[in-house]
Amino acid sequence: MPNIDLAKTPVRELNAALHRLTPTTNETLWTVTNPGGEHSIAVGVDADVTINIHGNAGYFCGGMNKNATIVVEGSAGQGVGENMMSGLIHVKGDASQSAGATGRGGRLIVEGNASARCGISMKGIDIVVKGDIGHLSAFMGQNGRLVVFGEAGEALGDSLYEARLYVRGPVASLGADCVEKEMREEHKAELIELLKSCGEAFKIDVSEFKRYGSARKLYNFNIDNAGAY
Amino acid sequence: MTEHARTWPTTIPRPSAAFDDYTLSEIRRAAATGIYDIRGGGAKRRVPNFDDLLLLGASMSRYPLEGYRERCGTDVALGTRFAKKPIKLSIPITIAGMSFGSLSANAKEALGRGASLAGTSTTTGDGGMTPEERGQSKYLVYQYLPSRYGMNPDDLRKADAIEIVIGQGAKPGGGGMLLGQKISDRVAAMRQLPKGIDQRSACRHPDWTGADDLELKIQELREITDWEKPIYLKVGASRPYFDVALAVKSGADVVVLDGMQGGTAATQEVFIEHVGIPLLSAIRPAVQALQDLGMHRKVQLIVSGGIRNGADVAKALALGADAVAIGTAALVALGDNDPKWEKEYAALGTRAGCYDDWHEGKDPSGITTQTPALMSRLDPVSAGRRLANYLKVLTLEAQTLARACGKNHLHNLEPEDLVALTLEAAAMAKVPLAGTSWIPGSGI
Repeated sequence: MPNIDLAKTPVRELNAALHRLTPTTNETLWTVTNPGGEHSIAVGVDADVTINIHGNAGYFCGGMNKNATIVVEGSAGQGVGENMMSGLIHVKGDASQSAGATGRGGRLIVEGNASARCGISMKGIDIVVKGDIGHLSAFMGQNGRLVVFGEAGEALGDSLYEARLYVRGPVASLGADCVEKEMREEHKAELIELLKSCGEAFKIDVSEFKRYGSARKLYNFNIDNAGAY
Repeated sequence: MTEHARTWPTTIPRPSAAFDDYTLSEIRRAAATGIYDIRGGGAKRRVPNFDDLLLLGASMSRYPLEGYRERCGTDVALGTRFAKKPIKLSIPITIAGMSFGSLSANAKEALGRGASLAGTSTTTGDGGMTPEERGQSKYLVYQYLPSRYGMNPDDLRKADAIEIVIGQGAKPGGGGMLLGQKISDRVAAMRQLPKGIDQRSACRHPDWTGADDLELKIQELREITDWEKPIYLKVGASRPYFDVALAVKSGADVVVLDGMQGGTAATQEVFIEHVGIPLLSAIRPAVQALQDLGMHRKVQLIVSGGIRNGADVAKALALGADAVAIGTAALVALGDNDPKWEKEYAALGTRAGCYDDWHEGKDPSGITTQTPALMSRLDPVSAGRRLANYLKVLTLEAQTLARACGKNHLHNLEPEDLVALTLEAAAMAKVPLAGTSWIPGSGI
């Protein structure tokens, strides 16, 4: 079980070691201590391993992750899990802005709050935030699901494409072309599955959530909609 | 008034300089449609450019090199600052980023073929990397854009360099839009959006803002690729001194500076013609920033936007660039706007040489389209050959001019080899007005 102490080892060496992992590696559990808010921890990993980071991570932790499970036993800085393809990133504390930005797959779980632009331009990722999210979250979200237990800031889902948003608390305002939609049974079932994946199934009544999605009025340019842009 | 009075001389009809024919047609078009004009390409109006400069050549005080005997080097290494694997090109003329989506797969393949034959690089665009393009490109630069369409770590590692796009010359500060008619099944799948809808490209990156963040973003990309790949930063020419200084501060290996003549797949006409500055005016401030930081030739400068011939290449390099990039000219070499499609251009309400509705996907030449019948018109092998020929001509022309100036490498060209024909060009390029020692604005 490799243990990398970032107080003694540069992030570059950690990442290089993670990139050398082969699909049949036996080194499947990694521990990272003293992260000290270092940036780009465990980025570009493509291996079915678990990486436990004991402390706070800086910018872009787990960026472009494939297959790995990355657990941050603290808070994560800007762009955690940006463009992740698959795997799981679990932040035990709060996440800064642009969490899960452009994520294409996998799951990002934030136990605390996530700041502005959570899930911006998301393209298939599932994001669960157990606290609140900031303004302009899911901006231009193309695909995937965003679940928020708390409140959402202003302009939620601005210019949204096909991403689906579930928010339990109040939403400060909806962005252009984002509307509240009917919460049908299939959506409740989908939400239950998402909650199961983060250990919250049946602890929360899914009927407390509201569903938001694209009105699809801005999908093709129309001058009569110019005021919405 | 009598009949006799009508025989007096009258003035001839006088068109307005302000309200010329094009302007009048645009007003009528806007009034009829209620929507701004969108088109492809770069600025079409005349702006100060390389034609306003002359190379001095050798004379009593300078010795020329023999044209067919003495070597004039053309190679360039890009990414020597931090990357473990800099790109080493045979010629200092690269192919600018153009997306699969705006261009057909055959056109992208042809660009790769032509560039590889000529020993240079080509560049992806806002839509990801296609196998055809990667397969045919000896050196492929992978663009990292705000939309992140098609972005993934596997393709990132397949690339030879990464170009973070902050802006482009045709629209500094603007995002993009690929209209629904060009969103085929394949384009839609690569961009993870439904077929047939307009695909907007954001103007800002989603996970960083400002130079301090950018430094960390560059660090992340280097970490993901184990510090192997050169990292380029592409900016539209607007505040080149400050942008280049910030690019250096952020840790870039290469700066790509795109002037307002640089083309786009689709943007508002008013944006193309009225935002940004000509390439001629942008190079010296960019070079000055590199020199002030002691980074000239260490952080390489690629310039683009209106490069057409070997003279443009030579002049750009003489002003301090390490390489140039071509986009519009490369498309013309492939066959864009070829007069052989004149009847079809006429049917589209335009003519060969003027066609710029690239966003509509109806390109008769099969280049800026996703319509199979049109795409099949472009043979990627022969089109690639044409591009390679054109790149060779540009190189030979630039070498000819450099030898005439006594230079044994294109990078030895210098501002001292240049004079200007106009006051504007002299001030912008910071070279003397021809026949004088006067550089307007220099205080001399």
